[in-house]
Amino acid sequence: MTKKKSFLDFVSENRFIHILLSILLGFLVGAIFLAIMGLSVGEAYGRLISSVTSLKGFSYVVVYAIPYIVVGLSVAFSFKTGVFNIGAEGQFVVGSMAAAVVGILAGNLPKPLLIPLCFLAAMAAGAIWGVIVGFLKTRWGINEVLSMIMFNWIAFYLSNFIAGIPAIHSDGTAEATKNISSNASTLLSKDLINRLGLAPTANWGILVAVVMTLLVWFIIEKTTLGYELKAVGYNKFAAEYGGIHVNRSILTALAISGALAGLGGALQLMGMGSRISVFSSQEGFGFAGIVVALIGCSNPFGVFIAGIFYGALMYGGSKLNLVGAPTQLINVIVGTVVFFIAISVIFENLKYLKKKAKAPVKPAAPAAEKEGEQK
Amino acid sequence: MKKILALVLALCMVFALAACGSSSSSSSSSAPAAAAKTKIGMVTDVGGVNDKSFNQTSWEGLQALAAEDSSFEVNYLESKTDADYQTNINTFIDEGYDLVICVGYMLADATREAAEANPEQKFAIIDDSSIDLPNVACLMFAQEQASYLVGLVAGSVTESKTVGYVQGMVSDAMNLFGIGYITGVLEACPDATVLQYNANSFGDSAGGSTAAKDMITKGADVIYHAAGGTGMGVIEACNEEGIWAIGVDTDQSILAPDHVITSAMKRVDVASQDISKAVKDGTFAAGVHMYDLSNGGVDLAPTRDHIPADVLETVEAAKAAIIAGEKSVPTSTADCPAFTLG
Repeated sequence: MTKKKSFLDFVSENRFIHILLSILLGFLVGAIFLAIMGLSVGEAYGRLISSVTSLKGFSYVVVYAIPYIVVGLSVAFSFKTGVFNIGAEGQFVVGSMAAAVVGILAGNLPKPLLIPLCFLAAMAAGAIWGVIVGFLKTRWGINEVLSMIMFNWIAFYLSNFIAGIPAIHSDGTAEATKNISSNASTLLSKDLINRLGLAPTANWGILVAVVMTLLVWFIIEKTTLGYELKAVGYNKFAAEYGGIHVNRSILTALAISGALAGLGGALQLMGMGSRISVFSSQEGFGFAGIVVALIGCSNPFGVFIAGIFYGALMYGGSKLNLVGAPTQLINVIVGTVVFFIAISVIFENLKYLKKKAKAPVKPAAPAAEKEGEQK
Repeated sequence: MKKILALVLALCMVFALAACGSSSSSSSSSAPAAAAKTKIGMVTDVGGVNDKSFNQTSWEGLQALAAEDSSFEVNYLESKTDADYQTNINTFIDEGYDLVICVGYMLADATREAAEANPEQKFAIIDDSSIDLPNVACLMFAQEQASYLVGLVAGSVTESKTVGYVQGMVSDAMNLFGIGYITGVLEACPDATVLQYNANSFGDSAGGSTAAKDMITKGADVIYHAAGGTGMGVIEACNEEGIWAIGVDTDQSILAPDHVITSAMKRVDVASQDISKAVKDGTFAAGVHMYDLSNGGVDLAPTRDHIPADVLETVEAAKAAIIAGEKSVPTSTADCPAFTLG
């Protein structure tokens, strides 16, 4: 009894341990599913680990992780400031399309000019996508979750529409846009990739992700803006009472969050895809961002690590077929991890309920228990 | 102290489980790998392996091949986004697969790039003939021939003299479906009207349904689609409204057994098996491999119960004439002015 309670205490008080435990539980549940399917747990997980630990494998993981980190930062930023940016998916899509349009139409510009221009276009597009929703919320009180989900679909079809415009559409048979100009590509040089034995899509977008991680941390922790946004996130009435413009804060938060998601789209396009296909279903980067933000506890550095972890799962997971295990196993693992992270509330409530149940009968009990625990 | 102990115990439990799994399995898995196997890897397009269309058909073909001949090892990798094609192809190359089969022309650019970078690696691509490299086999299908046959069926069974056609996208390869179909319809029923619609998507089932219902309002009583997932909506609408639908690529009668009169089959499974066997026997040949009526690469689906006997006779006669070379189906829009989408 006391052992169990103290364990709960320990887990709920220590976010890092809690997340780590959730991840282990995720793999445990995955292992159970593998066992039920009669597949070898060791072989599947061995494959997962071996495919991400080589240099080439790890470079793939980093490439996969870039958009996840940046979109994760976007969602984490919105969490910190009290809005739930479920619209990162749409912001990602308009961001990558904006970067594609610039990268195709202005392809003759020199690299040092074109790449920042693509980034700016993507961030602007994402920010606008976020601000429209913010405006609907602050002006008419429309729930941002609903309008964001709808804006995801608007972005989806807008992207398909733009991809069909003759000036943008591929000249070949592909159902996609043209490839962006090589001047807009963030790929490392072929020479370097071959010499180091990296993934063919290795690119320096990860540096942008690092800078963004630091920047988001700086904004949230070290600036007045971040302080105001957080205050609105904790309690918007108290913030308003304290003299903070709540509506302006929400718009700012969504603009920054949207810009980050849009940038994620640009990084994915310029580093990996180099073109955007006509979607037949949502690619899910925005939703992955929510998972990454949750695993990373909405802490910028946590998000960075979670993004790498998620990238590793996605890249390693795509190889599970090679040993006969279904790739959907990854979804089971991720789902379980998110589930156990999300029920942290239950951990805390359990603890709270136990204390409350004891308190009125024996007021001295908590003190006595504490003594007992110290021994 | 206790809490740390509990945590350590919990961790031990998890790792112990993973560890015992690994020790029991690694011995069993490494043994059969020693025999020299022909390894065939298949990369799907974003439709995934359960698309009820050519990804699924070619995977089923490969599975059947591996089941009957244990010297084949077959595997697939699914692509979730456009950017995954290259990664998946490279995975198979890194794993030392003998042949990488890329399903669909969406993979053409990625295949060309990988084939140029790895001249020793053998590739096959389905539905694309644009790659001219010594290590790439292009598996092409005479879709106009199968479409022509279902066109004959449609022209024969229509009572309203109005038939419909939904195409997934306008491109030279896709237009062949429409050209063949319309040629067939007009041959069987010279004064028929063919309503044509370009859905501009292979994944818009709702759009396919709307287009089909629109055609039905205008009097169509048979609709053929060459539109992948969009076509699912077409068949659904035909099923609801009680008119005939004609499927494509695979035998789609399972989707609506009472209302799919037949399907224009593309034997992607046969093509994948052939090229895999060729790799094993050392007879792999690059360039275009054409699958048509004469080698059974395209045909009417085996489900033909709804087709009247006399119509079936006409179709069989036309098929024999094409195989014998007495008849040819046009392949350009110029030869088929009634086709308006191109």
